Amino acid sequence: MSKYDKEQVLCSSGVNVLKCMRCGKCSATCPSYDEMEYHPHEFVYMVEKGQIDKLMASPSIYKCLSCYACVERCPRGVEPAKLVEALRLLVIRQQGQNHLKADDIPALLDEDLPQQAIVTALRKYSK
Amino acid sequence: MQRIGVFVCWCGSNIAATVDVNAVSEALSHEPGVVYSINYQYMCSEAGQNLIKDAIREKKLTGVVICSCSPRMHEATFLKAAAAAGLNPYMVEIANIREQCSWIHKDMPTATEKAIILGRAAIAKVQLNTPLTAGESPVTKRALVIGGGIAGIQTALDIAEAGFEVDIVEKQPTIGGKMTQLDKTFPTLDCAACILTPKMVDCAQNENINIYAYSEVAEVKGFVGNFTVKIRKKARYVDETKCTGCGLCTEKCPQKKVPNEFNLGMDTRRAIYIPFAQAVPKIATIDPDYCNMLKNGKCGVCAKVCTAGAINYKQQDEIIEREYGAIVVATGYNPIKLDNFDEYSYSQSNDVVTPLEFERLMNAAGPTNGVLLRPSDGKHPHTIVFVQCVGSRDTSGCGKPYCSKICCMYTAKHAMLTREKYPDTDVYVFYIDVRTPGKSFDEFYRRAVEEYGVHYIKGMVGKVTPRADGKLSVQASDLIANE
Repeated sequence: MSKYDKEQVLCSSGVNVLKCMRCGKCSATCPSYDEMEYHPHEFVYMVEKGQIDKLMASPSIYKCLSCYACVERCPRGVEPAKLVEALRLLVIRQQGQNHLKADDIPALLDEDLPQQAIVTALRKYSK
Repeated sequence: MQRIGVFVCWCGSNIAATVDVNAVSEALSHEPGVVYSINYQYMCSEAGQNLIKDAIREKKLTGVVICSCSPRMHEATFLKAAAAAGLNPYMVEIANIREQCSWIHKDMPTATEKAIILGRAAIAKVQLNTPLTAGESPVTKRALVIGGGIAGIQTALDIAEAGFEVDIVEKQPTIGGKMTQLDKTFPTLDCAACILTPKMVDCAQNENINIYAYSEVAEVKGFVGNFTVKIRKKARYVDETKCTGCGLCTEKCPQKKVPNEFNLGMDTRRAIYIPFAQAVPKIATIDPDYCNMLKNGKCGVCAKVCTAGAINYKQQDEIIEREYGAIVVATGYNPIKLDNFDEYSYSQSNDVVTPLEFERLMNAAGPTNGVLLRPSDGKHPHTIVFVQCVGSRDTSGCGKPYCSKICCMYTAKHAMLTREKYPDTDVYVFYIDVRTPGKSFDEFYRRAVEEYGVHYIKGMVGKVTPRADGKLSVQASDLIANE
């Protein structure tokens, strides 16, 4: 069983996964498809099965560009991109689960990185 | 005062589970005029009907109230039973305590209360009922079929065969409908025209059938058995009684650039036209939107060449009023418009075609004389992709929420015909589900896969993009291979 409740994802995304008829048009239309471990149609199915932990641990949810092509073209109005947003939120809201320590950040900087991103990263990871 | 008998039915548990039938028959037994009240498990059964018949005779009932299902279900049954026991059947009233009571309530006390109220209302009505005698009203023994496609044609032939007059109203210049545009039919792969055109000729020759082609129903009045219908016979600008269908006018007409609807605009016809060679009736029609003579009075070529003198530029729409006893609506279908689905590039590429356009491209009488060529450059395609379910099973508002049910079959047909004629062409079908119920239908689809090597891939196509080299690129995912 997943540590996280699928109800939370359904509630904060407002998505009804049961409307999905498994046509796969979301994945067929996704520009990030090749980058992903799990694909848009799988997001929907995995949320339905309650595999929230697996999704939260997967880099796939950060490959989503939020372009909403899947939302736009889904024949059943399922809105897979909104599930991704809800999953990302769930990750952010975790306490003490940072991937990085604030001290690790200087080593990762490159000169193209905007100033604002560096400040935000330091603020986020020093918590 | 009437002597009324009340019969409360349990309908097994349909009524009895939600309505306290004992309480109902008990409460109704105290109503004025009620001399007998009883409940029984299945009032419509033979034993139940005998209860009613015996009570009518023994208690000398003059009225009967049956608390049961909807009168649509068993009114005729109970009326017959009452009549058999010597009671005038119009002295029977039904209180619907099933559909309008037990089925829609969950709470027994409320449902019981409502059943009693419904029973009381029926009893009050019987108090005022008087015996009636059934009358007869005359029926016009002529039928109207709206729509002259294959459904309308077969209907008209059946009605005519049964000995009645029947009129077909068809809005196109010829009967035949969508089937005239089909190449082959599934699952037998018979030629569509070989099935259809003899039936069209039968319609024209049958003495009981009268065809109003190029006509529309303008108004329907009246009631079952006695309809009065106004039919608008649109002006063809050609005298039907004189035109011989020789086709000379359609060859000489100088207006050559009219999109030909019979081939879905993939080629052109003249402003005066006969839709196709086997048209019934085979009469020329002038298209007022394109005819120069009708638009600005400059031409008149067809009138000059017509040896029968059939051209009449002054012809007007005509309203015909006819009486009918029955009307059959066989108005057919239209394919969905693709405006909401531009991810498939229908508007951007001539090589993205609808299934009906595909039929024309395969058909010997079509714009390519039956050679499958890309409409854009007339070259032979080496890969064909069929995108299933466009506009079907769509609850987002772009399409229809239902499955159209026939697309899986005609796609298997298209795929098979393509592979049969052009073995060097690869055919891919992107499907959500393959739905092929029916006699020999699933076998037909399996033949496409097993004998003809059609590639079926589960996953809807996401988008189609025209490429610089003139080919199309199709983006889809294979859900089973997850790639």
